[in-house]
Amino acid sequence: MQENTGKIVKVSGPVVIAENLLGAKMYDVVRVSENRLVGEIIELDRDRATIQVYEETSGIGPGEPVYTTGLPLSVELGPGLVRSIYDGIQRPLDVIFQDEGAFISRGVEANSLNRTTKWDFKPLRKAGEQVIPGDHLGVVQETSIVSHYIMVPIGMAGVIESIVEGSFTVNETIARIKDKNGVVHEIQMMQKWPVRKIRPYKEKLPPVEPLITGQRVIDTFFTIAKGGTACIPGPFGSGKTVVQHQLSKWCNAEIIVFIGCGERGNEMTDVLLEFPELIDPNTGKPLMERTVLIANTSNMPVAAREASVYTGITIAEYYRDMGYNVALMADSTSRWAEAMREISSRLEEMPGEEGYPAYLGTRIASFYERSGRVKVLSSQEQEATVSVIGAVSPPGGDLSEPVTQNTLRTVQVYWSLQDKLAYARHFPAIDWLKSYSLYRDQLTDYFQEEINKDFINSTTAAMGILQEESELEETVRLVGIEALSKRERLTLDTARSIREDFLHQNAFDEIDTYTSMKKQHLMLDLILFFHKLAQSAIQEEYITNEQLTKLSVKNLIARAKFIPEEKLDEFKIIKEQIKEQIGSLIAKKLGKDE
Amino acid sequence: MIKEYSTITEVNGPLIVVNKITNVKYDELVEIELSDGERRRGQVLEVSEDRAIVQMFEGTSGIDISNTKVRFLGKVIEIPVSLDMLGRIFDGSGRPIDQGPKIIAEKRLDINGNPLNPYARDYPNDFIQTGISSIDVLNTLVRGQKLPIFSGAGLPHSKVASQIARQARVLGKEESFSVVFAAMGITFEEANFFINDFRRTGAIEKSVMYINLANDPAVERIITPRMALTTAEYLAFERDMHILVILTDMTNYCEALREVSAARKEVPGRRGYPGYLYTDLATLYERAGRIKGKKGSITLMPILSMPEDDKTHPIPDLTGYITEGQIILARELHLKGIYPPINVLPSLSRLKDKGIGENKTREDHANVMNQLFASYARGKESKELATILGEAALTEEDKKYVEFSDKFEEVFVQQGEDENRDIARSLTIGWQTLTILSINELKRIKDEYIEKYLPKSTIPPTANENEIKEKE
Repeated sequence: MQENTGKIVKVSGPVVIAENLLGAKMYDVVRVSENRLVGEIIELDRDRATIQVYEETSGIGPGEPVYTTGLPLSVELGPGLVRSIYDGIQRPLDVIFQDEGAFISRGVEANSLNRTTKWDFKPLRKAGEQVIPGDHLGVVQETSIVSHYIMVPIGMAGVIESIVEGSFTVNETIARIKDKNGVVHEIQMMQKWPVRKIRPYKEKLPPVEPLITGQRVIDTFFTIAKGGTACIPGPFGSGKTVVQHQLSKWCNAEIIVFIGCGERGNEMTDVLLEFPELIDPNTGKPLMERTVLIANTSNMPVAAREASVYTGITIAEYYRDMGYNVALMADSTSRWAEAMREISSRLEEMPGEEGYPAYLGTRIASFYERSGRVKVLSSQEQEATVSVIGAVSPPGGDLSEPVTQNTLRTVQVYWSLQDKLAYARHFPAIDWLKSYSLYRDQLTDYFQEEINKDFINSTTAAMGILQEESELEETVRLVGIEALSKRERLTLDTARSIREDFLHQNAFDEIDTYTSMKKQHLMLDLILFFHKLAQSAIQEEYITNEQLTKLSVKNLIARAKFIPEEKLDEFKIIKEQIKEQIGSLIAKKLGKDE
Repeated sequence: MIKEYSTITEVNGPLIVVNKITNVKYDELVEIELSDGERRRGQVLEVSEDRAIVQMFEGTSGIDISNTKVRFLGKVIEIPVSLDMLGRIFDGSGRPIDQGPKIIAEKRLDINGNPLNPYARDYPNDFIQTGISSIDVLNTLVRGQKLPIFSGAGLPHSKVASQIARQARVLGKEESFSVVFAAMGITFEEANFFINDFRRTGAIEKSVMYINLANDPAVERIITPRMALTTAEYLAFERDMHILVILTDMTNYCEALREVSAARKEVPGRRGYPGYLYTDLATLYERAGRIKGKKGSITLMPILSMPEDDKTHPIPDLTGYITEGQIILARELHLKGIYPPINVLPSLSRLKDKGIGENKTREDHANVMNQLFASYARGKESKELATILGEAALTEEDKKYVEFSDKFEEVFVQQGEDENRDIARSLTIGWQTLTILSINELKRIKDEYIEKYLPKSTIPPTANENEIKEKE
């Protein structure tokens, strides 16, 4: 395509204004100056275009050329995405490192998908068959655990003229489809899709299954559903990133898209070094084998940060369309919002709250709305999900700020991180009284059928105890512990046990880092069982709270979290001991009295 | 041939507007010549077809509209670098102020640098022993980390920083650190303290210092840390050195940024600081780290004074979101006479987990750390309770915790300015303070470590503990 050339008239940071860009459309990608920096048109005024540039603009000045490409900002979709690490506009950082060295210079170009790797393509359909968009034409083993289905591109339908098995690069033709007008289209494994456009599906459905994360406070109390949305706001140092990393490590999605949006470079390095080593409990294979990384760290150009969440969600939707359950983590959406604010202020738009653009809420909502459980496009009935978990970094930990508020309006699960818990090294520092999950009702059936019929009752009871604790603490603060009855003091002890022995979970301990739903239920059950027996014991006048807390079985309850998954029978033994020890406490005193 | 303009149309705070220009680039270096021959430097902030906004580093006083000449130098700001910079002192714009010769450039580097590819980073995991217990055991620093000190007016952050610079060692390897020091708007006394301290210990031979004092031009502070970090990058990644960069005081830097932003009439963010403060700080802080295949490293320690000791003020807040933890100094401890007054509870090192444990420090390190944190937090809570209800209202257990937290501050946190504790010593002191608590309370420590490390004489094993051991 013949490139049109415009001319720069103004440069202000990442925003460049150019003239004479004939035929330019909103959100078209342009190349700025002889360095061919990547930019995107974000405003048009007659023949003047405002461009946000995804690279550093220093040294660029008026008079230099701008080239149009006529294409919107798109991502390349095909085999090779998993295990990759991309920047905000899907340039492969590993390739750039090999070609350019440790520092990212400007105007680097590299294909998102490797053009020379050969993939073994196995057809699933035959010539002569009728296909519609989303149908699986064939499959490529992308990694040891991901079967990458090559789908009929959206907007194309017809009869397969030919389809071949063999080893191909992503842009070699693997099939030909004749549409209803008789035109023959060549199909390659690589497709392109504009990032700001939602990939279509047949129908959206309400979520019914939990996304199991192995994190006790999340799975047991504040469950997120597959296809759901959650946010984690918290001040710095409260452990947002560790929670995000834990979820991407252990959650039972088949594909993970992790967006490091305006955060620390070392965190991405951590993921890159750790994920290939860690073994996924669900598949037994390294976690990297199901992970796509988008890294636009805080020192990388701000406009590309704005694009990074769209790049990530588009890739997530693509894998969803194959029929997978995908989980997307965005750390942190506040940096994304700040990038919007920065661009907006360069455009001299009228600011909304705290300088954020007035469209902040709409943008946040429409990003989270790209999640969901859907029936994917295909001639078969298939369901798949995209779950979105966004970290929010409220300035000063103040939740009334616009990004948090707009996010809370949209998401269904709220994990409230508290720095005071983090200071006491209670991790994950998720506040059990402030957090909520709106999926609990939808998931009740699942829990009762798959885990245990008492599961919901136990969680409700435990939450009740924690709730009561906070009220009792208020009393203690005012009048002292002596004012409490024995029963109330027992409640405090049990609440402490729930907090320390159940909610507290060490991400860096080999066993404690992941707890299956079954073990979670057993652990909670143990604490409640002790509570129940202790409650009846405490009614006896001669039994004191101290006697109960000093029972050696309390120590076993505390260390139950370190029981390996394959030795869950030990819980029965502990339960027996609880019965025995509390029983003998009652009997001992009885014996003496008689 | 460089054109000379005398078309300044507007002078506004630190900014000048030059008209009728051609071929000017964004970020370009500008030199102006005043009517008395004085030369000053600036940088292009915004350029449109015939008009450029220039930010002057050395202020705009004395600039007149008709007689001042402006030259656009056709390059971004660069500094000459070479190994001869070691042992030298420069002003905030990189000119020598120690009566030494000019630096003969081995190469010239753009002070803005390029972003480091996250894929190229190597994870920082070499434990740095600073000799300060509250840092080494609880908020471990590792090589390539960025760990700021959050301080307040009148607190001894300079002493702490120079003690770290003096004592920092990587265990097992006898390499010490070279220091690149950038002062932004600090007082003469403070700068002098560092210079003298570095002279006293001989560290100055391996240091590079950039000094912008309180009475030096404010806007110059925007480039001072960039020069320091560019120097550090050169020394670390091209000369294989381990560099500790100290930037003090970041609050002054941010204020300079705010001044420029206000002059440009930008929409302000929180407390008048520009909306891009996060991004701007990140481009500084993220230059710390290690790179795959390179020997050297940059460890960054910015110091900032929190206005009114308020951690939620935008500067410490945004810094905390970028850096890998923070060391917080507390006025309360300082008033009690405890040095270093490190408030360990809100302090944090995010990279500690990778730097500690067997083969790095000691197997029991992580457990002891968690136990000390949790117990100290509990002790502080009990103390709070005591201030409301009186000590009599505390349970026996709570009293133990109060005793523990006092002891912890007195013997563990407190140490001498020249006291260099090795990690084993620090851990031992930690264990000793823990003997105050009953063994049942040490829930965060594995039994085998309790067995191995807990000083036995002071605490007799309880019946419970024996029972559990028998079962196992």
